Amino acid sequence: MNALPGTPDSVPLSLRGPAPTRVVIAFGFWLFLLSDIIIFGALFAAYAVLSGQTDGGPSGPDLFDRGRVLLETGILLASSFTCGMAMLAASAKQRSKMIVWLLGTFALGGAFLGIEVIEFSEMISQGAGPSRSAFLSSFFALVGTHGLHVFVGLLWIVLMIAQALTMGMHERVQNRLLCFALFWHALDIVWVGVFTIVYLGAHL
Amino acid sequence: MSTDHQQTEDPQGEAPGTSEKPGHKLRSYVIGIGLAGILTLMSFWVARTDTIYGPGVPVLLGVLAIAQMGVHLVFFLHISSAPDQANNFLSLAFGIFVVGLVVFGSMLIMANLNDQMMPMEKLMEMQR
Repeated sequence: MNALPGTPDSVPLSLRGPAPTRVVIAFGFWLFLLSDIIIFGALFAAYAVLSGQTDGGPSGPDLFDRGRVLLETGILLASSFTCGMAMLAASAKQRSKMIVWLLGTFALGGAFLGIEVIEFSEMISQGAGPSRSAFLSSFFALVGTHGLHVFVGLLWIVLMIAQALTMGMHERVQNRLLCFALFWHALDIVWVGVFTIVYLGAHL
Repeated sequence: MSTDHQQTEDPQGEAPGTSEKPGHKLRSYVIGIGLAGILTLMSFWVARTDTIYGPGVPVLLGVLAIAQMGVHLVFFLHISSAPDQANNFLSLAFGIFVVGLVVFGSMLIMANLNDQMMPMEKLMEMQR
């Protein structure tokens, strides 16, 4: 009738001992992600307050290219899917399959970051850098922080591939991979807010 | 103890992404990317079309974004309101609450301050 050996229902929760390591790690990382999302919340608040303060400089509709943003969104969404596939391969302990999916995730994440860097450098060369107006400062802070997270995610993928190659599909590697997957999916959630509020909201 | 009580999960609950049902998960990723793709295309279409009544567009964009975040949470992060997910769900609810306070609180306060600001000409006059 009970799932875990040695923990009958009559034993109160407080006496059942610690939860499995995997659950503790993932839950702790989930709490970190929520606090990270609160940081983005603060940046979104700054953008929402300052988005109209262009100081006579270029405004959102002058600068943003929707086709490019749709491409970025599609790339990030696809990378979330390949990341999920890597997780499935990892839980089935198929190392080479997992590495292939992780490489796919890395390529898509790198393409996303590349498009963003091109966008930023074009804006800066047009004289629309972060120091031009309050609107642009908050734009670069918000979108740049997201891009920085993607960059950290890319480094993390490299690390995970190296660990999978050297340590094999060890339980520790699996736990780290689980945290990476949570991180990557959370970045996609933040991006949904970015493209809706920053890029699509600018034209309203 | 009741014998019909089927508890197949860890009594102390699951963390996001830790439940292991591979077939089930593959399907959820496929459904997730399908729904998220449709919602993204709808958002971009809504933002550029003239078919929809203008003032309704921001509301619709907000609804589509929240729906897509929900799709990501359910199908990619595998968050649900199941009993073994109570910890995840409650911490998510708290996170959303804090984000809401920060974002709407800032917007409200700053809009109010903006309304109460002295017009620029009058301010210049006083500084003379």
